[in-house]
This record gives sequence, structure tokens and C-alpha cells, in this order.
Amino acid sequence: MKTRQKTIIGIVGILIGLLWLFPFYMIGTNSFKTPKGIFASVLSLPHPVTTDNYVNSFKALSFLGSLTNSLIITICSVLLIILCSSMAAYALQRNKSKLSGALLLLFISSMLIPFQSVMIPLTANFGGVHMLNMWGLMFMYLGFDCSLSIFLYQGTLSSIPIAMDEAAEMEGASRWQIYFKIILPMLSPMTVTVAILNIIAIWNDYLLPSLVLPQVQYTIPLQMFNFFGEYTKQWHLALAGITLSIIPVILFYLFAQKWIIKGVTDGAVK
Amino acid sequence: MKNRSLSFWLFLTPTLVALALVVFIPMLEGLFYSFTNWDGLSFTKMVGFKNYIELLHDKAFGNAFWFTVAFVVVTVILLNVIGLGLALLVTQKFKGSSFLRAVFFMPNMIGGLILGFIWQFIFSQGFDALGSALHVTWLQNWLTNESTGFWGLVIVTVWQMSGYIMIIYIAYLQNIPNEVIEAAEIDGASAWQRFTRITFPMIAPAFTVCMFLTLSNGFKIYDQNLSLTNGGPYNSTQMLAMDIVNTAYNANNFALAEAKAIIFFLIVAAISLVQVFYNRKREVDL
Repeated sequence: MKTRQKTIIGIVGILIGLLWLFPFYMIGTNSFKTPKGIFASVLSLPHPVTTDNYVNSFKALSFLGSLTNSLIITICSVLLIILCSSMAAYALQRNKSKLSGALLLLFISSMLIPFQSVMIPLTANFGGVHMLNMWGLMFMYLGFDCSLSIFLYQGTLSSIPIAMDEAAEMEGASRWQIYFKIILPMLSPMTVTVAILNIIAIWNDYLLPSLVLPQVQYTIPLQMFNFFGEYTKQWHLALAGITLSIIPVILFYLFAQKWIIKGVTDGAVK
Repeated sequence: MKNRSLSFWLFLTPTLVALALVVFIPMLEGLFYSFTNWDGLSFTKMVGFKNYIELLHDKAFGNAFWFTVAFVVVTVILLNVIGLGLALLVTQKFKGSSFLRAVFFMPNMIGGLILGFIWQFIFSQGFDALGSALHVTWLQNWLTNESTGFWGLVIVTVWQMSGYIMIIYIAYLQNIPNEVIEAAEIDGASAWQRFTRITFPMIAPAFTVCMFLTLSNGFKIYDQNLSLTNGGPYNSTQMLAMDIVNTAYNANNFALAEAKAIIFFLIVAAISLVQVFYNRKREVDL
């Protein structure tokens, strides 16, 4: 009975899993078909197989350029968020006062404000000082994403004994030395969580970059949107483009799956 | 680190400056502009509540509001039921359960914009082909009318987010001590009784988190909406976030868009606060 039950659960699981994977099968197989092949049957395997779609969409997407832009923006923003929010959390957690409490509340309350409520004045202001570019964008990500990161760091800091700070202080270490040599390394498990959550959000963001970036700095989602507008209904090219654009994400997921699941859990549950 | 010390403020400066310039100052400016005739660059006069009154009569906004409310109600229910279902499934010990976890979570790694494009293909080509093969007309032209467009958006969102909700439920399910379940089993409790009397009450905090996430997320959806239906046909599948963007950047009606953005903020903030408050209270009662 027990083993039979397990087999049934296993079969049900696999069926649901296949249902979940079906969209990937659809875009994967059709991206290797000719327009005629897609028209003839969307469900069958590609026959004949063509890789022209990939060559053409690689060019039309300026894939290497947009991949580089996405990488630069994501990596720099995430490093900035990690550094600045761990510093802020350190200052707030090690000084328990009314002021710190109020500042923490200020950070947390900013999470209630949806992006659409600030986007119009925000882009008008940054446009006024010529900061509608990737550097301005990184600074904006710091503003939008520091609150959750500070909140997460703050929780972890409370479990690092203050005696560590005091001992270092006795040895004559400055605040900055204590932070860089002791605190930041001890925060690294939480840093993984903060990094994962921000990488996923920033890499995939569309609306903010679309309002901020000039065309030469377009990221993958922005190129993808443009590409779709230009090649409406040329599904053979569009599907190859989609597949290309999700390959980096899938590779990252396969490589970092353990940390991603942990990061997402910590981020939501803490 | 005392708050009169220099280092205290130096540690806080980058985030405080960013938060002020990116979130709070634009928010206050937006609130102010919503009472003016701002055109995105300058304004000539204060107009009082004119924009807010205009918004009440704005058909697009009303339609977007009710469309979004219906979408949120349906997705909150589906996401929590399916998310919990998947969590219960993969926490059974069988071969391949960790692989399945990875599969269910995968759509979350891909951005909403690209997910929308993927499903645009499936709805417009795959469903059409399936419909003509099976001679079922309701499978055809999914994205060209309001009600099937609505379900299209629901399907994309459920496919994307239920893996995320599953991960949160798993975290709480794993906290239930095994002995409690085993004891109930020995006492002769059926699987259903074990679920309703033990598992369900013990994961109550997970509901707080998941309800919060699915509710506030549902109201803010934009990317999937843009790439799946682009609000069409005739703006019938346009959600609140998209209506604000279009009012500002397509219709160039910046003052009205700001008024909509303020109302949007009030809705999202109120729901978040009420919901957290209510769930906290309920948890204490349990």
C-alpha cells in the first residue's frame, strides 16, 4: 500500500511537472522551425531543423551588447545595494535609539509605495540633471531596493554579539575597520540572500529601465520589447530571441539553484 | 555607535540620500502635482481636486480598477491553493521531488515581460492549433477578447508565481515537528483530519506572508499585461499600473496620471496594512 501510494504520487507529480515545462517545450522546439514549419504544426518536433532563426535574432537583438549592458547594470547595482544597505543596517542596529527606530520605520514604510506612484516626478527630476542613463539607474535601484535589504541585514546583525565590536575597538580598530574586517564577512550568508533577490529583480526589470535608459544602453528585456515590436508575428525569429534571452537565466538557475531557493525563502519568511 | 558620531551618519548617508531622492521626494512632488495642471515639465495653476473628479469619470480608470480587482481575487485564491498543493506534493518523499521543486520555481527566474511573450505564442498559435485539431472554438483567439484575455493573464501569473508561493509554504511545512503528525497517525487520524487539524493551523503564519505577497503583487502587475495583451482589445484588459503609465506617457496627461498614481498608492498601501494587521490578529487567536 505504502509503495503503491508513493508511485501514484510520483506519477501525478511528473504529470504536473510536464505541464509546467510545456511552455518551454513549445518555444524551444518552434525556435528551430521555418515559418512554414510553425504554420504546419506547432506541437510537433522541428522538421527540417534550422538554426537561421538564432543567427538572425542574435544580430537583430544586438545580443552581446544588451547582455553586456544587463550584466554591468545588474552587477554594479547589486554591489552598491549590498555595500550601502549593510552599512546602514550596521549603524542602525548597533545604535538602539529613538532616532534609529524612526529611521528604520522610514525605510520600511517606503516599501508600501508602489513604483507607479513615483515614476513620473522621478524621471522628470533625473532628466533635469541629465542622469537618465545607467548610472542614474543604478542609483535608483539603490533607493528602491535598499529598504528590504536593510531590513534583512538588520535581523542578522542582532545575532552577531556586540562583544566582537568592543574587542576590536579595544585593539584600536576604527569603525570602518570593524565594519569591513569583521561585520561584513560575518554577514555573508545574508549577503547571498540579498544578492539573489536583487539579481532576479534587477535583471528582469522592464518598466524603470524603459523610462531611464538611452537606446545604446538597452538591457535584454528592453531589446526584447523593441524586437517584438519590429518583428510582430515573425514567430520563428521571436522564439529564437526569447530562447536566447532566457539561456543566461537558466544557466544561472542551474548553477545557483540551492542558494536561490534559500535566498527566496529567507527573503519572504524573515 | 552613537547617533551624534560622524561615522553613524556616514554609514547611513548613501541609503538615506538615495531613498529621499528616489522615493520620498518624488512621492511628495507627485502628490503636489496631482492638484495642478502639470504637463510633465511645468504647471501654470493649482486646480484643486479637478484631476481627482475627472478620474472618477474616467472610463479607462474605472474599467482598469474593476479588471484589476477581479484579477487579484482570482489569482490570490488560485495561487494559494495551487502553491500549497504543490508544496504538499513535493514534500512527500518520492524520487524526483527535488527536481520537481526546481521545475515549479523556474518560471520565477524569467521576467514578466518575456513570460508574457512566451504565452502570447502559446495562446495565439498553440491554442489555435489545438482548437482546430479538436474542433473546439473556445480555444481559439484567446487574446482577442476581454474574458479570455483575463484568463490568459491569470494563467501566466499562476504559472509564474505558484512556484514562489510553494517555496514559502514548504519552509513552514518543514517546521512542523514530525512527532506531532506521527502521533496523530497512531491515534488513527485520517490524512484529511491530519491536514485540517494539524498541518493547516500550524502553517497559518505562511498565509499571512503569502496573502500579503499575492495581494500586493497582483495590484502592481505591469510587465505581463504589457507583453501578453498590451491592454487590448480596446483597453479592455488594461490593469491599473498600465493605465497610469499610458495616461502619462501615451496620452501625455501627466497631472491626471499623478492623481491616478496617488489613488493607486492609497489602495496598495491600505490593502497591505489592513491585511497584515488582520492576519497578525488572527494568528494570535489561534
